[in-house]
Amino acid sequence: MPAGGRERDQGRGGRGARPLRWLPLAPATVLLLLFLAGPIGYCVWIAFTNTQLTGSSTSDFVGLDNFRRAFADDNFRNAVWLTLVFTFVSSIVGQNTIGLALAGLMRAASRPVRTVTGAVVIAAWVLPEIVAAFLLYAFFRREGTLNVILDWLHLPSQNWLFTLPILAVSFANVWRGTAFSMLIYSAALSEIPKDITEAAEVDGASGVRRLWHITLPMIRRSIGTNLMLNTLSTLSVFGLIWAMTRGGPGNRSQTLPVFMYDQAFLKSLIGYGTAVALLLLLVGALFSIVYVRLLKVEV
Amino acid sequence: MKRATRVRLASDAALFVVAGAFLLPLLWLVLSSIDAEADLRVRLPSSPTTENFSAVLTDEITFTPMLNSLLLCGSATLLTVACAALAAYPLSRYRSRFSRPYLLTILFTTCLPITAIMVPVYGLFVQVNLVDTMYGTALFLATSQLPFSIWLMKNFMDGVPTVLEEAAWTDGASMLQTLTRIVLPLMGPGMTVVMIYTFIQLWGNFFVPFMLLLSPDQLPASVSIFTFFGNYGSVIYGQLAAFSILYSTPVLLLYILISRRLGGGFALGGAVKG
Repeated sequence: MPAGGRERDQGRGGRGARPLRWLPLAPATVLLLLFLAGPIGYCVWIAFTNTQLTGSSTSDFVGLDNFRRAFADDNFRNAVWLTLVFTFVSSIVGQNTIGLALAGLMRAASRPVRTVTGAVVIAAWVLPEIVAAFLLYAFFRREGTLNVILDWLHLPSQNWLFTLPILAVSFANVWRGTAFSMLIYSAALSEIPKDITEAAEVDGASGVRRLWHITLPMIRRSIGTNLMLNTLSTLSVFGLIWAMTRGGPGNRSQTLPVFMYDQAFLKSLIGYGTAVALLLLLVGALFSIVYVRLLKVEV
Repeated sequence: MKRATRVRLASDAALFVVAGAFLLPLLWLVLSSIDAEADLRVRLPSSPTTENFSAVLTDEITFTPMLNSLLLCGSATLLTVACAALAAYPLSRYRSRFSRPYLLTILFTTCLPITAIMVPVYGLFVQVNLVDTMYGTALFLATSQLPFSIWLMKNFMDGVPTVLEEAAWTDGASMLQTLTRIVLPLMGPGMTVVMIYTFIQLWGNFFVPFMLLLSPDQLPASVSIFTFFGNYGSVIYGQLAAFSILYSTPVLLLYILISRRLGGGFALGGAVKG
């Protein structure tokens, strides 16, 4: 990272101008305090009250009640479990592995195939979330494309959004999010010096061994970063699931963001919904701290 | 056959299969939009038509929501980029005790799940009467993109040499003049990337306007698209596909514009949200 002008710390304008030169930071900081730090602080407060959407006059401090209630609530535990499944299947296994595989294959493939694959995968990523959701809704519906293909292959078809909703939305998230991993890994792989892999090849190391002993260790920082960012963005997916299944049927694809929305707005339990939001925020914050520590050297 | 050729053919075949799987939903979008009898499966239209497009190209379905999207995301993008450029300048040029903690906090914030704070944001907006206002929503959208924009902008600014600035200072230019007349023009391509990236992110954002805007005439395209599923239970898929294409085109084009800078080195310091 080129650090232009870091030496000129003493600056110009003498001592009197010093505080003024931090003034440009003010607009951004005010916005961040008002619309980001503010809601987070408010979130912490509301999570400990029994605020409801209707009959707004009643808002009492109830301590840890919302959290106790959450951990005793089957629907909440269901949402936690589904969030884990969704994150594991779509982010850690799907986006991450397929992204790495695509990046690796693209290095060996011929140019036109590489270009076309890249364009298609990236198009899926750039499309607005809601459009992606409709495309995959159409793909997974009973009368949709997936079943047409399965019929054609003489495999049993089924109503995917009804029988396996959480897998359907997980695959949708893989479809939508793989490009990001692919781009990260393409960049990481292109930075591995050629002579290292060639030396291993001359020494007779097989493809799998080269991958395991050379490639993966050399890109482990990228793997860490990618897993972290994938997981964080998957944790907060709402629109994709909402448009495809509304969390249903029943609550069988109701991940934490959908559960939070459902409790806070459809059931009007703002306090409870916010407590769930706070837990989600805490998990995100933990991941963020790890991520910042990983990158810290570069700041 | 040589080993290298075998490897290449195998890779081509594998990529071909994956690309096919990724392509199917996109094919549905394109084919359905020109099919008068579109349903949920991918198939060639028996007689291609532009009916679907002409049916959705009305004020109510397309123009008003797209204009709303443009107003909402355009103003939020301008605000984000302006604030980020201002903030990035001292962070890039001066060092003090708190610039490092500030940057670390910014980096930390880029990763927070914004989805989680939408419930309290709604609560706050109700209390200060910002619910269902375009400017309130734009302010929140702008803030949600700010941390990442500051981070990107600061990295781009670090790459601009300081020699010219020093010359301007000797001539008595103020900080703001130096920033707008010298630094920002020099980092034009970087600014463009930040601006387009922010706009793409905001254009596709569904949850924020879904929560904060209520009146139908204010909804952006990302939310109004739900009206296709609305009143009569039967969805006209051809029109839904046509509208989706119209709604997606701007961001696809903008992405192509910046893809060389984004895709190549991916010089975003790793901190990009998917």
